[in-house]
Amino acid sequence: MNAMTEQTLPTAPDIQPAAASGLGYFFYKVKKSPLTVAGLFIILFMLAMMLFAPWLATHDPNAIDLMYRLLPPSAEHWFGTDEVGRDIYSRIIFGSRQSISVGLFVVAVSGVIGALIGCFSGVVGGRTDRVIMRLMDVMLSVPSLVLTMALAAALGASLFNAMLAIAVVRIPYYVRLARGQALGIREMGYVKAARTFGASRWHIVSWHVIRNALPPLIVQATLDIGGTILMAAALGFIGLGAQQPTAEWGAMVATGRNYVLDQWWYSGFPGLAILITATGFNLFGDGIRDILDPKQKGK
Amino acid sequence: MTTMPVLSLKDIQVRFPVNPDWRGRPRQHVHALNGISLEIAKGETLGIVGESGCGKSTMAQVLIGLLQPTQGEMTLSSGKSNGKGGMQIVFQDPQSSLNPRLPVWKIITEPVFAAANRKVDKAAMRELAQQLAAQVGIRPEYIDRFPHEFSGGQRQRIAIARALAAEPDIIVLDEPTSALDISVQAQILNLLAELQRSRQLTFILISHNVSVVRHMCNRVAVMYLGQIVEIGDAAQVLEHPAHPYTQLLLASVPTLESVQDESAVPENVELPSNRVLPTGCYFKDRCPSASSACLQPQVLKQISTQSQEHEARCHLAHPD
Repeated sequence: MNAMTEQTLPTAPDIQPAAASGLGYFFYKVKKSPLTVAGLFIILFMLAMMLFAPWLATHDPNAIDLMYRLLPPSAEHWFGTDEVGRDIYSRIIFGSRQSISVGLFVVAVSGVIGALIGCFSGVVGGRTDRVIMRLMDVMLSVPSLVLTMALAAALGASLFNAMLAIAVVRIPYYVRLARGQALGIREMGYVKAARTFGASRWHIVSWHVIRNALPPLIVQATLDIGGTILMAAALGFIGLGAQQPTAEWGAMVATGRNYVLDQWWYSGFPGLAILITATGFNLFGDGIRDILDPKQKGK
Repeated sequence: MTTMPVLSLKDIQVRFPVNPDWRGRPRQHVHALNGISLEIAKGETLGIVGESGCGKSTMAQVLIGLLQPTQGEMTLSSGKSNGKGGMQIVFQDPQSSLNPRLPVWKIITEPVFAAANRKVDKAAMRELAQQLAAQVGIRPEYIDRFPHEFSGGQRQRIAIARALAAEPDIIVLDEPTSALDISVQAQILNLLAELQRSRQLTFILISHNVSVVRHMCNRVAVMYLGQIVEIGDAAQVLEHPAHPYTQLLLASVPTLESVQDESAVPENVELPSNRVLPTGCYFKDRCPSASSACLQPQVLKQISTQSQEHEARCHLAHPD
């Protein structure tokens, strides 16, 4: 046996260089796409804002000072003050903790649950698959904002309930995406081979299907973070999200609406924060979609 | 055959329902396999040849347990049920048969890992992967690499190592070389022959390449429309084909030495529909020597003038 090994090795075609994969390649591609880098910087900036909020804020975000209500931006209050004299800049800094963690939490929960349901549905197939997919279709047939509002209202007005409601409503999107991937992967030779040696469904899903279905799911999740922040802001806007006095961007825009004609800075700056964050995650998501697409690899 | 067969198939039939009516009941069936009976002895290589659509791939799926036969029995002498490691397959396309996101050592040891219900020692698995890799001619140092870092031939070696890991009774080779370069094909075939000698493996080689079958197989079965029309000792069948279909199949292999005889190629080259099976001999519409005797169903039986095993499903081969 050894003799044979030594004979065949030199004649076997040479190994290809390991250049076309891995994290190094990923960052190489990220660096070549300026928009992705911009998105990445926005995300890092926002994460730093969450972490270092107490040091970045100039005032206590909840300190009420009725002497200084609705002041325009100035050297003392960079983004002005709101109707009870709180510093809007500090509230935006602290609000990032609420808004961005909503985005990350919702995407993590709905992404993981949706991906698992979708992969199992696709692998199991048959009647189970049909029942699951019809259920998801029913959820998708109701406009998502209406469904989220109904769920959040039923659970009671709080930020956590709003997050749960958004997460539940986002699940069908991941289920559909993961199932579509699973249907293709199920027909691959490595899944057929796994079935011949009696692998369990959980083994097939965890070893083969999830691993190969991951790139589009990651992209979908990144793109969703921006949308989720907007959704949480929308819920906050109609009073179903974060409650006073917690600083949250959507709620700030909502209250500021009453003063928008004379005090533009009140809803303007939180709105700008939402816009920038959503843009950052979208740019990054778009970028990694292009990078993970194998058809783009040659470019 | 003197030795106890490793695998015996008895009248295996596979039908797929198609064209359902409004209540979901099938109006027609696709008859993919129409009564396959076979016995395979330990250590031999059985070749299965036939044109596209004759049921070779369905046969492979039934063997490895991805399809349940509609009718008939399949027994492994070891008592392992198929779908539980009794049989392994090496697929045609080494691109899709290896999970691109797993390192090679995990791919190779996956059968053991899955059979042990995922409770295995990692170091022992790596050890096993190194041994198997060395046996198929992959450097043991390469087991942490990923499939895309290997060439097509090397990937096929990895697929063979994975099949060996399960220690199956039979390895089904589904066109194992047709996706490879000519030079690599020979290496893979020699590797398979070498492994068969050293590990007493039993192969079922499915191929449409007659020269590969001639090189590798002890016995060969010729399939036509889901039936075996001729089976026997490989040299005997390929040198002296008794069934008109086998003769046609071998005549259609292009050779460098002779100019293709145009008159030998029949005009009617379509397989008959497998929705409604023909009566009598399945081959009679294409057969150059069809006669009224072909209206009777043909049976597969030993050609009396031959001493070696050689059965054909044609009345012309049985002069009595």
